[in-house]
Amino acid sequence: MMGIKWNELLITGDPLILGSQIAILLTMIGIVGGITYLKKWRWLWSEWLTTVDHKRIGIMYIIAAVLMFFRGGIDGLMMKAQTARPEMEFLNAQHYNEVFTTHGVIMILFMAMPLLIGIMNVIIPLQIGARDVAFPQLNALSFWLFFSGAMLFNISFVIGGSPDAGWTSYFPLAGKEFSPSIANNYYAIALQIAGIGTLISGINFVVTILKMRTKGMTLMKMPMFTWTSFIASVIIVAAFPILTVALALMTTDRLYGTHFFTVSGGGMDMLWANLFWLWGHPEVYILILPAFGIYSEIFATFSRKSLFGYKSMIFSIVAIAILSMVVWVHHFYTMGSGPAVNSIFSITTMAIAVPTGIKIFNWLFTMRKGRIKMTTPMLWALAFIPCFIIGGVTGVMLGMGAADFQYHNTLFLVAHFHYTIIPGVVFAVFAALYYWWPKMFGFMLNEKIGKWHFWLFVIGFNVTFMPMFFLGLDGAVRRSYTYSVESGFAPLFLLSAIGSAVLALGFAAFCYNIYWSARYADRNISSDPWDARTLEWSTASPVQFYNFAKQPEVTTLDPFWHMKKKNEGLTLKDSEIEEIHMPSNSGLPIFMGAVFSVAGFFLVFEWHIAAVVAAVGIIAGLIIRSFDYDEGYHVKKDEIKKIESTWRNVEGEVHNDVS
Amino acid sequence: MEKIMKGFPLSHVIGFVFSLILTFGAAGIALKTDLSFKVIMWIIGSLAIMQAGIQLFMFMHLREGEDGKTNVLNILYGVFMAVVIVAGSIWVLSSGHAH
Repeated sequence: MMGIKWNELLITGDPLILGSQIAILLTMIGIVGGITYLKKWRWLWSEWLTTVDHKRIGIMYIIAAVLMFFRGGIDGLMMKAQTARPEMEFLNAQHYNEVFTTHGVIMILFMAMPLLIGIMNVIIPLQIGARDVAFPQLNALSFWLFFSGAMLFNISFVIGGSPDAGWTSYFPLAGKEFSPSIANNYYAIALQIAGIGTLISGINFVVTILKMRTKGMTLMKMPMFTWTSFIASVIIVAAFPILTVALALMTTDRLYGTHFFTVSGGGMDMLWANLFWLWGHPEVYILILPAFGIYSEIFATFSRKSLFGYKSMIFSIVAIAILSMVVWVHHFYTMGSGPAVNSIFSITTMAIAVPTGIKIFNWLFTMRKGRIKMTTPMLWALAFIPCFIIGGVTGVMLGMGAADFQYHNTLFLVAHFHYTIIPGVVFAVFAALYYWWPKMFGFMLNEKIGKWHFWLFVIGFNVTFMPMFFLGLDGAVRRSYTYSVESGFAPLFLLSAIGSAVLALGFAAFCYNIYWSARYADRNISSDPWDARTLEWSTASPVQFYNFAKQPEVTTLDPFWHMKKKNEGLTLKDSEIEEIHMPSNSGLPIFMGAVFSVAGFFLVFEWHIAAVVAAVGIIAGLIIRSFDYDEGYHVKKDEIKKIESTWRNVEGEVHNDVS
Repeated sequence: MEKIMKGFPLSHVIGFVFSLILTFGAAGIALKTDLSFKVIMWIIGSLAIMQAGIQLFMFMHLREGEDGKTNVLNILYGVFMAVVIVAGSIWVLSSGHAH
């Protein structure tokens, strides 16, 4: 029926994968059984799965992304285990190809992106004094489409086969001719679904930041994290449609026999690389810009000074945003575009170092003469600077077209981009989680375990990736599943593998910290435990569902800092309380996510009729939404008074965890 | 908006005249000249872009209202993106020995 080949559905014959299949099955039974036993289904449905609250959507993004971090991390550890000794036989070549492909895709698109979007979701409306994002239900749809794409991509290795053409999926390798199995369909379709979600998020944040700012907050009074997220959202809106088109062309090439990227039949395989990086390069700035914003907030807060060079920061991020669109060819200098193209793109690439350098100096000057507090978030921010500079300087080395012919496709490149993305994004996300954790959950993560986490992770990171620079310069190619004893690579590869184990211990310390703090951390903390500067700290921790009983009025940068200094606007009179209009929950976004998953799954297996049937569900969802006249509801004054009295009373008698 | 409504609609008239000139110019070049196909395409393509600009500024009130500046910025950004993506791709893929 419908051409379904049942015998190809489950992957068989590999003990590692069989183990995973059993583990997945048991985990699912455990989760379903656990929720049923605790009678939590109704709570889960009405409080989380159907929520349109930006803070809860943000937390769901973060949870999903941390799980993806675990999955991508296991992939990374498997690669490190395989290359720890020469001629290891832990993974075969095919399995290794699959592992580095899923590692790349998952870490970029399903770990880094959703972690940052999650933090943006939680923090941006609070920083601009708004009660939610501009389109709350659309925000939920973004999350469920991301989740749908992520799950579809993740099941590939147990059902149908894992994509194996690298996270870049270059043609002709990724085409039907050289990858005939359905595995690479997962790449095209799962990324498409998640990409639609990201695009919607981008639009949502652009509108939110332009239209929802509280009274008095002009663009030049916005906190830096909001600014960088705004610019990142603008880049999302500009760049993600390119990915959408490229993936659609890939899908029709693979499923319907078109010849956009094939070698024969008039196709152009290099067009894929060109389109991929036209999206892919802006994508790395979509990742790095919000992270830069996080660091800016943390440097200012823990130096107890306002950010140095606010205007030059904004100039820099806008310059980065424009330059990020005109550097994509540096990812494929060696494809032979000729000296004119390579020279121009070498220049634009190196030019990006200028605004980035301005930012680095601004952070250093922010700390100058500040009364610096060595908290865990601040440690991450401090470690970021030297590590990221190593990544940046090697980036300039790679950015020179002529020199790139020597470095390209080696582990030097792999070390370079891990040195930019891990300090640039992962350190930032950890810093942000330690920093904003009390705002999200009402308790702080433990500082002592946090420092274990920090030192293990940072040392592990450097021990893992520093040797790879030297391996690359010695000629070790990337994506190679093994090497010979004679190559002399063995000691550095072993060192790198040991480093990755330390890195994994660091991540374990983080997970333990969440567990420990959730059980034992002090709940009696103030709403502003770090003595911070921006509006999110002026409301309760955890933040009440309507964010602000009265939307604050802003006159300066760092508004909350000035409110505290002048002792203005910190109290709330009963007469100031007004009814608050809030959006209703909706089950439609999760329904859309589900039908997208099902339709996508059928499409992956090229069961076209079934896919069309499932796609009817998508159309039905759109129609239902068009006739949805739910105007939301009003929160009554009494309820607001009750909620506000629970946290405003304890102020003054709080004690501070950090000293 | 109001200021323009009261006075003589000078910009509309100029826009209209220019549209007519550009339209008939394009038609004339395409039908009445012996230029090569490539040259004709280049000329009428350029005229079309000028035409689009006139329409945007003279008739579609691009610069008016409170979002005037934003609109112009958005259009410029859109044009920048389109040029980068389309012209950039063609240049990259057709230069050197790549093609």
